[in-house]
Amino acid sequence: MALVEIKNLHKSFGGNHVLRGIDFTVEQGEVVCVIGPSGSGKSTLLRCVNLLEVPQEGQVFVRGEEITDPDVHLDAARAGIGMVFQQFNLFPHLNVLKNCTVAQTTVLRRKPEEADKVARANLERVGLSEKVEAFPAQLSGGQQQRVAIARALSMDPALMLFDEPTSALDPELVGDVLTVMRKLALEGMTMLVVTHEMAFAREVADRVVFMDGGVIVEQGPPAEVIGNPREERTKLFLRRVLDPTHVEPS
Amino acid sequence: MSTPTDTVVRKGLSPRKRAQRSRLIQYAVLVVLVLVALFSADWGQIGSVFFKPEFIKSTFQDGVLQALVKTLEYTAGAFVIGLAGGTVLALMRLSSVGPYRWLATAYIEFFRGLPAIVVFIAFSLLPLAFEGMTIPWDPYGVVWLALGIVAAAYMAEVIRAGIQAVPKGQIEAARSLGMPPGLALRKIVLPQAFRIVLPPLTNDLILLVKDSSLVFMIGVAADAYELTGFGRDLANTYSNLTPIVVCGFCYLIITLPLGLLVRRLEAKAARAR
Repeated sequence: MALVEIKNLHKSFGGNHVLRGIDFTVEQGEVVCVIGPSGSGKSTLLRCVNLLEVPQEGQVFVRGEEITDPDVHLDAARAGIGMVFQQFNLFPHLNVLKNCTVAQTTVLRRKPEEADKVARANLERVGLSEKVEAFPAQLSGGQQQRVAIARALSMDPALMLFDEPTSALDPELVGDVLTVMRKLALEGMTMLVVTHEMAFAREVADRVVFMDGGVIVEQGPPAEVIGNPREERTKLFLRRVLDPTHVEPS
Repeated sequence: MSTPTDTVVRKGLSPRKRAQRSRLIQYAVLVVLVLVALFSADWGQIGSVFFKPEFIKSTFQDGVLQALVKTLEYTAGAFVIGLAGGTVLALMRLSSVGPYRWLATAYIEFFRGLPAIVVFIAFSLLPLAFEGMTIPWDPYGVVWLALGIVAAAYMAEVIRAGIQAVPKGQIEAARSLGMPPGLALRKIVLPQAFRIVLPPLTNDLILLVKDSSLVFMIGVAADAYELTGFGRDLANTYSNLTPIVVCGFCYLIITLPLGLLVRRLEAKAARAR
């Protein structure tokens, strides 16, 4: 059984039909990178997996449970799905440790000492064990994003969603975050990553999904989709991304 | 034809000189006015009406400090009620349930539109209108309620603005961690909202200190007088303004530091941005 299964997903904002029938799955332990031009619906697709966006049509199954079913216990389902945002969204009024424990103690009802231990272990994992007392405003963007990853990991998620995790970072800070993500992938974490980092997708992804205009245009191993794309739209996108100075012959 | 030297040789004063001269004239006028006031005023008369030493002393002996404490007690209790009520009203205004929104809007508009003194007069007449009706904790209950009801309306709008100023991503992060809406509100949104509105809330507290002077409209017993009631009573007895002046200074002792605090908080918030 696939960890994530999406069937015929449709989502529109007002008259803007952003997702036009998406069918796709993520297997246990798989790292899937979603690429595509802005406005192609890739972030919306990701946000439908934990129902931050509610689709108008279609179904989303996570661990066999249909989370688009109105009767499902959505909060419990979300607690098992880690999410990392482009803008980090750390809680600015809580220090790094509290950021990582607040949901553990309240949602998972872990004891404070246990939550503390889990949080410290995950902060160690992202290389920030010396920053437990710091507040988000005292950290660099890259450090904040790593705290956000530790915060999500502290809930022991079955799946991690990354929504353009490096797009808001200064170029020299991107590497630290990607290193952490690469490590997670090697440890066998199931990851769904919306990204513009082609090198990361090529190296880490088991599968690359190319989206355009609200549909999946093509998907497959990175060597195929990025290395040797079949579809014209994919080729055009990759030419633009990999060589921004490239000018289309008119 | 004009040449570049035209502007230089133009007759009269340059704009900068003119501004300087105008400033000098203003200073001179001010100095003259102050001097006239100093020499024409009857300082003996002013001193004995506003600052008569023996009345200052007896104002203290008669218990201005007790009245100051009463003012603080009335204000603090009303602030707590206003804060709690204002938070509930703010949440109602932001609710997805229509009737909650309408009720809160009606309440806020009603009590913001009324002069506070009208509310106080209404409270003073309640026991007459409803015979046998008593509000517990006399006189605190009725004072806190009357002041708090009005304060809640003002604070609700401030708190609503604070809640709306918390970025949407904060709620998304909390919900994506599995927090139900109420928990996300308590742990994530409200603490940030109150931090944002701390300066305007402190301003509301200053207003509340001053509004507590309306308490005498309710008609409390003499030993429950706050600063204004106390000072007015004493000033009437002495036929002298000194007690009112002393009470005025007592208000400033409370409000000036609070005003300073607001400016500090605003500066801090501006730096954090």
